[in-house]
Amino acid sequence: MSTASSSSVRKPSESVPLQFPAGLRVLVVDDDPTCLMILEKMLRICRYEVTKCSRAEDALSVLRRYKNGFDIVLSDVHMPDMDGFKLLECIGLEMDLPVIMMSVDDGKNVVMKGVTHGACDYLIKPVRIEALKNIWQHVVRKRKNEWKDLEQSGVEDVDRQQKANEEADYSSSANEGSWRNSKRRKEDIDDAEERDDSSTLKKPRVVWSVELHQQFVGAVNQLGIEKAVPKKILELMNVPGLTRENVASHLQKYRLYLRRVSGMTLQQSNLNNTFMSAQEAFGSTLNGLDLQTLAAAGQLQPQSLATLQAAGFGRSTAKSGMPMPLVDQRNHFFSFENPKLRFSDGQQPHLNGSKPMNLLHGIPTTMEPKQLANLQQHSAQSHGNMTMQASAQGGQTSSQLMQTPQPQARSQILNECTATSVTRLPPTIQQSILPNGTAGSVLARNEFTTNSRGGGYNLISPASTMSNFPMNQTAELPGNSFPLQSTPGVSSIVPKGRFPDEVNSISDIKGSEGFVPSYDMFRDLHPQKPDWDLQHVGVTFDASQGSLDIPTAAFGHQGYASSQQNGHNRHTSTVGKAMFLLEEGSDNGNAQSMGQQLNPLFDDGSVRVKMERASETSSQTDLFSEHFGQEEDLMSALLKQQQGSIATAESELEWFHHNTPV
Amino acid sequence: MEKTQLRRQLANIRQSLFDQGFLDEQFVQLEELQDDANPNFVEEIVTLYYRDSSRLIVSIEQALQKSPLDFNKLDALMHQFKGSSSSIGAKKVKAECTQLREYCRAGSGEGCLRTFQQLKKEYTTLRKKLEAYFQLARQAGPIDSACRPK
Repeated sequence: MSTASSSSVRKPSESVPLQFPAGLRVLVVDDDPTCLMILEKMLRICRYEVTKCSRAEDALSVLRRYKNGFDIVLSDVHMPDMDGFKLLECIGLEMDLPVIMMSVDDGKNVVMKGVTHGACDYLIKPVRIEALKNIWQHVVRKRKNEWKDLEQSGVEDVDRQQKANEEADYSSSANEGSWRNSKRRKEDIDDAEERDDSSTLKKPRVVWSVELHQQFVGAVNQLGIEKAVPKKILELMNVPGLTRENVASHLQKYRLYLRRVSGMTLQQSNLNNTFMSAQEAFGSTLNGLDLQTLAAAGQLQPQSLATLQAAGFGRSTAKSGMPMPLVDQRNHFFSFENPKLRFSDGQQPHLNGSKPMNLLHGIPTTMEPKQLANLQQHSAQSHGNMTMQASAQGGQTSSQLMQTPQPQARSQILNECTATSVTRLPPTIQQSILPNGTAGSVLARNEFTTNSRGGGYNLISPASTMSNFPMNQTAELPGNSFPLQSTPGVSSIVPKGRFPDEVNSISDIKGSEGFVPSYDMFRDLHPQKPDWDLQHVGVTFDASQGSLDIPTAAFGHQGYASSQQNGHNRHTSTVGKAMFLLEEGSDNGNAQSMGQQLNPLFDDGSVRVKMERASETSSQTDLFSEHFGQEEDLMSALLKQQQGSIATAESELEWFHHNTPV
Repeated sequence: MEKTQLRRQLANIRQSLFDQGFLDEQFVQLEELQDDANPNFVEEIVTLYYRDSSRLIVSIEQALQKSPLDFNKLDALMHQFKGSSSSIGAKKVKAECTQLREYCRAGSGEGCLRTFQQLKKEYTTLRKKLEAYFQLARQAGPIDSACRPK
């Protein structure tokens, strides 16, 4: 009774995607080993790729470790180490994956709790296989919504991907249209990471750990936010394996974040002060838009606008390539708010796809660009980017923005979060508040540290205007944040130490708006380790992106591909990425050996990815090699940490950024 | 020949388990999951269940010996037990779990103790029956019908 009626065997060399929903990457969490085993078997029969965890903590580790490695999560409600709802929130916050709750409890209250915490479904145990056959719909739906948001915000990536998708030969039986696009996009993103990057190699995803981010921030401050160009930042940071593109995208996000931060404090009308310096990278178009809208809204002072523009234009680094079209779209998007886009033209080259900046609507989220940039860099990032942007734009899903995988320093993250969420605010607001990297931003950065839990959690309420946002944000930001700081157009929002408040407030708002509950989670999560924060920015983003990659994109899940290869039904429980990741140390060439049976079952206390490579590994090897060839340098550095042990959490998570083709 | 007879016997035993209410539809679900890749899936699951739930039983017993009874804890344990039991289709055991939970919610220690005795009885009875069943199944050899078209 597998869901896939016809499984198209995909050879690594070909790019024929697997018949969706086969290959859906599921993570199942249940403390009951009996249930876990049964679920796993059922899911395998549905032709999904299954990974099981018996502990919530393990599940989180795995999710963080293998960003974009999963499409959906199934979790039990009652677990000893962590409440299922709490896990649900965490996942929503960090990774924004659809989560289905399960329990033998069918009481109305419990089910309601699932709803309020953001579960996309609730299954009563004992779970029947029929119920599992349709879980893919939640993934599709989510993608569809994200896609829609992205489109609205005119994300370049989306646009670009869409085109790619259209050309692709995808035979999904699921919704065509947006789903298909999203999915495809995801595949394409995975496959065509390069498109985003200038190189044609797939780049490993960079995990912006706290340390890394701090290094980054230090470099930016040293250079001055205005002058901070990726190349120089990269030099200053002197991190082996880090590419200019990584930095560029991160910078974009950072800028957006800063912008957002400054925007946050600014309650509606004050927004005009911060200009998105980040925008530069992103293309002034966005900035332009924001400015325009702001100006239109009467909030942006003429000179601010000018400054902003100037700031926006100032940067010319092309960051990870956001496709220009995105800009256009964005303009589009903005246009209806404010038909004056104009900047874009000049800046488009700069946009790396940092559309997000604008997306953030005046939220000075420096992070955004960065996030976006990073996203773009990463394979499948685009999807995330899009979401980011979309959200930034004020699309609905703030959560998407959240996804930005910037595991920046907490503060950053927080900023990002706000930024993204801010984006939702109507363009009129703050759009351009972009805290430039001036001193203010530095401050902001520092202040923000903690809150950014999720990095960029998106705006809470799409509908809410900036005012909303600022509420949460607590306009802690020193007034100056808004107004441009000394630097032209750069106003750093520095919510001094307020972040925590902000965060909370944001969560609150979220709640009020009916926002994704995950945000609250964020708050809770906040006190967690920095790694986590960082990661989760990235994670969320990636996750969202990753999830699209259901039909194995050309290189999709390794495991997946391999299984396909064999024509073997997807019994492989490999978390394709995971598998690959695990083996990373061994280098791509070892895919085969890797593939082999990593079958450590999940046990209590240890996170193990159960991977069964039923299929031959040879194809996998090929697959792997293709993809990972390039990343060796970075990977090797990263791999050292990961070598062999999936279980190690923090350190690996921090840096590990495997751009697994997911 | 003998196999055929064994199989018939097996089928009868199986049917009686359903008829007598020891097993429910979930057990059939498990059987349907059995395939070439996991030819002894059901047995494995049941074994796993008994192994895992025996620990639970011990915990419940300990909890029942406390005075005063911690009903919340007991309820949580029972919830777990119920979930496990329902996943293998242990109908009677599951019913006892539900009953026990009711007593927990009602705060009746007496009811809990009584029901638990009953539960253990059902639990053990089922175990014996299933052990015999699987043993016979092994003797009878793999049954084609176990591999249902997926």
